[in-house]
Amino acid sequence: MSGTYLGMPAFPEAARTAVRDATLRGNLRHATHTIRAKRAAAVAEVSDWAALREAGRRIKDHTLRHLDRYLEQVEASVTAAGGIVHWAADADEANRIVARLVRETGESEVVKVKSMATQETGLNEALAEEGIRAYETDLAELIVQLGRDRPSHILVPAIHRNRGEIRDVFRAEMGAWGRPAPEGLTDTPAQLAEAARLHLREKFLRAKVGVSGANFVVAETGTLVVVESEGNGRMCLTLPETLISVVGIEKVVPTWRDLEVFLQTLPRSSTAERMNPYTSMWTGTTEGDGPRVFHLVLLDNGRTDTLADEVGRQALRCIRCSACLNVCPVYERAGGHAYGSVYPGPIGAILSPQLRGTGSAVDASLPYASSLCGACYEVCPVAIDIPEVLVHLRERVVQGGPAVRGGNRVVLRPARGHAAERAAMRAARWAFARPGVLRTGQRLASRTRRFHPRTLPGPGRAWSATRDLPPVPAEPFRDWWRRTGGGADETKGAAR
Amino acid sequence: MRVALFLTCVNDTLYPDTGRAVVRLLTRLGVEVDFPMGQTCCGQAHYNTGYRHEAEPLAVRFAEVFRGYEAIVTPSGSCGAMVRELYPRLGERARAEGRGDTLAATLAPVVPKTYELTEFLVDVVGVTDVGAYYPHTVTYHPTCHGLRSLGLGDRPRRLLEAVRGLELVELPGAEECCGFGGTFAVKNPDVSAAMGADKVRHAVSTGAEVLCAADNSCLMHLGGTMARLRTGLRPVHIAEILASTEGEARG
Repeated sequence: MSGTYLGMPAFPEAARTAVRDATLRGNLRHATHTIRAKRAAAVAEVSDWAALREAGRRIKDHTLRHLDRYLEQVEASVTAAGGIVHWAADADEANRIVARLVRETGESEVVKVKSMATQETGLNEALAEEGIRAYETDLAELIVQLGRDRPSHILVPAIHRNRGEIRDVFRAEMGAWGRPAPEGLTDTPAQLAEAARLHLREKFLRAKVGVSGANFVVAETGTLVVVESEGNGRMCLTLPETLISVVGIEKVVPTWRDLEVFLQTLPRSSTAERMNPYTSMWTGTTEGDGPRVFHLVLLDNGRTDTLADEVGRQALRCIRCSACLNVCPVYERAGGHAYGSVYPGPIGAILSPQLRGTGSAVDASLPYASSLCGACYEVCPVAIDIPEVLVHLRERVVQGGPAVRGGNRVVLRPARGHAAERAAMRAARWAFARPGVLRTGQRLASRTRRFHPRTLPGPGRAWSATRDLPPVPAEPFRDWWRRTGGGADETKGAAR
Repeated sequence: MRVALFLTCVNDTLYPDTGRAVVRLLTRLGVEVDFPMGQTCCGQAHYNTGYRHEAEPLAVRFAEVFRGYEAIVTPSGSCGAMVRELYPRLGERARAEGRGDTLAATLAPVVPKTYELTEFLVDVVGVTDVGAYYPHTVTYHPTCHGLRSLGLGDRPRRLLEAVRGLELVELPGAEECCGFGGTFAVKNPDVSAAMGADKVRHAVSTGAEVLCAADNSCLMHLGGTMARLRTGLRPVHIAEILASTEGEARG
């Protein structure tokens, strides 16, 4: 993924900073709670939601199981419709292909539709190195780009910014990228939107090359689908002469009937809308209408490796709705940047360590960035059991084991920094296999209870910095049970 | 009916009063309770931290210790969920690793017989009024594994509503996690503490005297936070409320 994220600190350290940022906490709390309630209402009005969710799960599982076949079908149908298909094994290859395609047009700038795949590959930075300027046209992505910031949410990349901050970014930065912000710009939503509209319109009308991702690719016809709210995506998809779409290989659905399921579940899960305002669909090229040249770059970048993992592969069902982010209590407090990836929140915590591996500090810490409360699984429209995958990845971190990396079977070594924990877990397992040992330990704790401190030193401080320790009782339950003969005195005559 | 109390290692060691309350309550309802001394830990902390293979012998021990009982009752939503939801998964994973069906077969018999306390009371004993008296204002926090893994639904609430003298007040944001999460509490202490502080703030806003839950591990985190913040709110396990009677309150 993008080089921007290399060397990110582990999640707990990054989250510590975020937790203490009162403005950020306020922005996130307000935004996530608002969308959370709206989503719940939008889902509640669909009587067959559970069936739609199950259908979505099955369609994705079926497609992933036969992905080789469906990808070849996509290649054939897109080619037949006049498109040109490219295959990219990793981010670098995808970036090289796109840069080459842009250079071949003779252009030095592109307009972009909001796209997670190109965020993942770090395309903008790669194009900049080739002297090609990429303009983000999604409002929130524009805010992030102008602010030299990083996205912190899949759907609302500038969720961490409030209106005042956005006004300041527009005023300070728009001029360097094109049309400056109007004089006297305030922080009212209408004025901010108008400033963005004027700034972007200039780019839409000038651009000869558009770059997009896609929410879905329908294999039977080779049709790409982009679902959006603003209409800026529609501009990029229709006005330029050349359109280049970078799409993860897991975005395929076999048929239009399958697509129907997701066009119901995606808007309700992401923006809490019954139907999103703009759904753009295109099949290759059409004479006299829209782009004259269409390139589809199919991106693997760790997806085939992920597909090889029996437990972890369900992460590839994800349709990027971000319902799991909005409902996650950890995301709400830590913010998106702490996840060190373009995919934050619960889905990011299972996707990034699979797509990138668990080698870096942040990737090895992501599986632990969850209290396993299960709210993410509950709202997921394709029933990804995120807690199950988190625990599976924790196992990979502490224990290592077989995995597939770069298409090769490897045996991963346990990550560093878990030796003390591993020893403690083994010791606990040993003691728990011997009730006598457990009892001795309990008694020792009870007899010394007057001397227990209220706070702990060393690693124990992680608990006792904010929480008192529970007092240890005079005797454990099992001693009471034995001493009283199963509580005979206490319960005598109590039976009705 | 003879049932086994699976108290859990945390309750056995730190919260014996919860265990005594379960014994008192079930005996009062005519249920014969046994506490198999061979029980220790279900393996949840091991499993959830990534030590599945260390959890396996503990799960096998659990299955052997509790196999002979008609029902296994536990006053813990998360340990109940470990047995009901995750023991079958231990078996599946062992099978996927080419280790055959032995583990799955060993664990299978105890899975459907394991009940969280409120589930056992409402579904098996068939009561919601357990004859309790508890003259206090109480707010209830549904813990995540009870709520989302076991699907306890409104069972705890129905039991509490039937307690005489008890005034139940609504907890804002009740279904949000308290931030305990087992080893999450120490691996991500800042986020955990922030979640705990928000939960406690909500509990305080209700004006209740008692914060009730069906899981002492969550209450250990919340109780520790409440004590540190000197809120005056008391954490009390639901079993202790349901076991309370008028006689005790007077005595």
